[in-house]
Amino acid sequence: MSHQCLVKANNISIQFGDRQVLQHVNLSVHQGQIVTLIGPNGAGKTTLIRVILGLLPVRSGTVEKQPGLRIGYMPQKLHIEPTMPITVRRFLELAKRNSSEPIGRFLEEVQVSHLMDHQLGSISGGEMQRVLLARALSQSPQLLVLDEPAQGVDVAGQADLYQLINDIRTAHHCGVLMISHDLHLVMAKTDEVVCLNHHICCHGRPEQVSVDPSYLALFGKKEAKNLAVYTHHHNHHHDLTGEVVEHSHD
Amino acid sequence: MTDFILRALLAGLCIAAIAGPLGSFVVWRRMSYFGDTLAHSSLLGIALGILLDINLQLAVILGSVVFAVLLIVLQRNKSLSTDTLLGILAHSTLAFGMLILALSNTVQVNLVGYLFGDLLTVSTSDLWWIIGMAALVAVLLVKFWNPLLALTVHEEMAQVEGVSVTRLHALMVIMVALLIAVSMKIIGVLLITSLLIIPPAAARRFAKTPEQMALGASVTGCLAVCGGLMMSLYLDTPAGPSIVVTASLFFLLSYLAPSLSGNRS
Repeated sequence: MSHQCLVKANNISIQFGDRQVLQHVNLSVHQGQIVTLIGPNGAGKTTLIRVILGLLPVRSGTVEKQPGLRIGYMPQKLHIEPTMPITVRRFLELAKRNSSEPIGRFLEEVQVSHLMDHQLGSISGGEMQRVLLARALSQSPQLLVLDEPAQGVDVAGQADLYQLINDIRTAHHCGVLMISHDLHLVMAKTDEVVCLNHHICCHGRPEQVSVDPSYLALFGKKEAKNLAVYTHHHNHHHDLTGEVVEHSHD
Repeated sequence: MTDFILRALLAGLCIAAIAGPLGSFVVWRRMSYFGDTLAHSSLLGIALGILLDINLQLAVILGSVVFAVLLIVLQRNKSLSTDTLLGILAHSTLAFGMLILALSNTVQVNLVGYLFGDLLTVSTSDLWWIIGMAALVAVLLVKFWNPLLALTVHEEMAQVEGVSVTRLHALMVIMVALLIAVSMKIIGVLLITSLLIIPPAAARRFAKTPEQMALGASVTGCLAVCGGLMMSLYLDTPAGPSIVVTASLFFLLSYLAPSLSGNRS
């Protein structure tokens, strides 16, 4: 299989004032690939994503994108002004789209169709993340860029969300670039982990990174042990409305 | 007698109708202090217009737009916080305007009229300016409604989706500047922003979508203009404050009224 390279960042360096945020960072995402950025707070993860999205101009280094690349972007947090009344439906309609698919289909895909006419300000953190994901999907993306997609979601919900992202990758055959704090959860489906602390400390498949000395130095043994493989299983889980759902597999 | 009332009513309704959606953006984007600063600086526009002996309406419009653009540029250079910057400019431009007006003793200027609005000064040509501005802003609002809203909800998401953020931000500020410039004669420099803020705030509780809030604000604003002008007519009160007082009453009523929204919260 020859997977096309969607985006390639070459030798990116960024400086804010006299603080060096990124140093000679290289990163690429291919079609159908999930790349996860990990690293401590303030390591420059969000900065790197902003560079790749074109939200931050680069003076040193280049970003090559496939011409006409469609990006679906899910920001870290959506703060809705309490003074703004807006339903989930209206929020999704705001996106500029090139497809004429009905909004409902995207909500269906992320399994929150029931939220269509709810106020955006009244839904839970986990529901909000899925609505944001639906908005990203409405761009018919070739590349999904997700900034801490599981933020504010409980542990069981996180596993579901990562499973959903994996399903989306398979169904749409898109590349996924995401930032994650949830070291132990994110790894199972990730093709490439990039450990960033201003420069790239190490990168590779999750099982490689988890034993890399520079990774262990950055996160410490205890965190690192959690990373190894996610083996935590329930015999059931809860769907978004709280109903118990039996596992259909294993 | 009835002529000037009709002119004032028409002018007031035009302004209130546009102030509804535009004011909603001001509320959502927390720009009320920005509006205040623009309003205060418009007195400087009047003063310069008198000094240079050009059409006053034109002077205010040009002054406000130039000042608005200047503010955007200054804001981008983040050496001072926006709050401080606006605080400095709001009051220094107001003071400058008043000084110039005081020193240019060739023309008698009704300063109180500019500060608090004066119904009697609305001429037919003023009315045309207001109608023209209202029509222009209405067209722009309709044309750019969705991207403006997307920008307001999440700027970077909108930018990634292909909205040209900088241009639309400038458009928003210029529209607010235009509205303020043409309505300062009726409502007055010190009270103009209230017409942008109070009607949307009153409409907020009954709205489920941004569009409902914007339309509700237009209706509330128009009612406030009618009520205020009536009050001014029968009680012989100044028009600007009467309109603002009526609007505040609507706001108060909206908060006392039982909630209509059946949404979970």
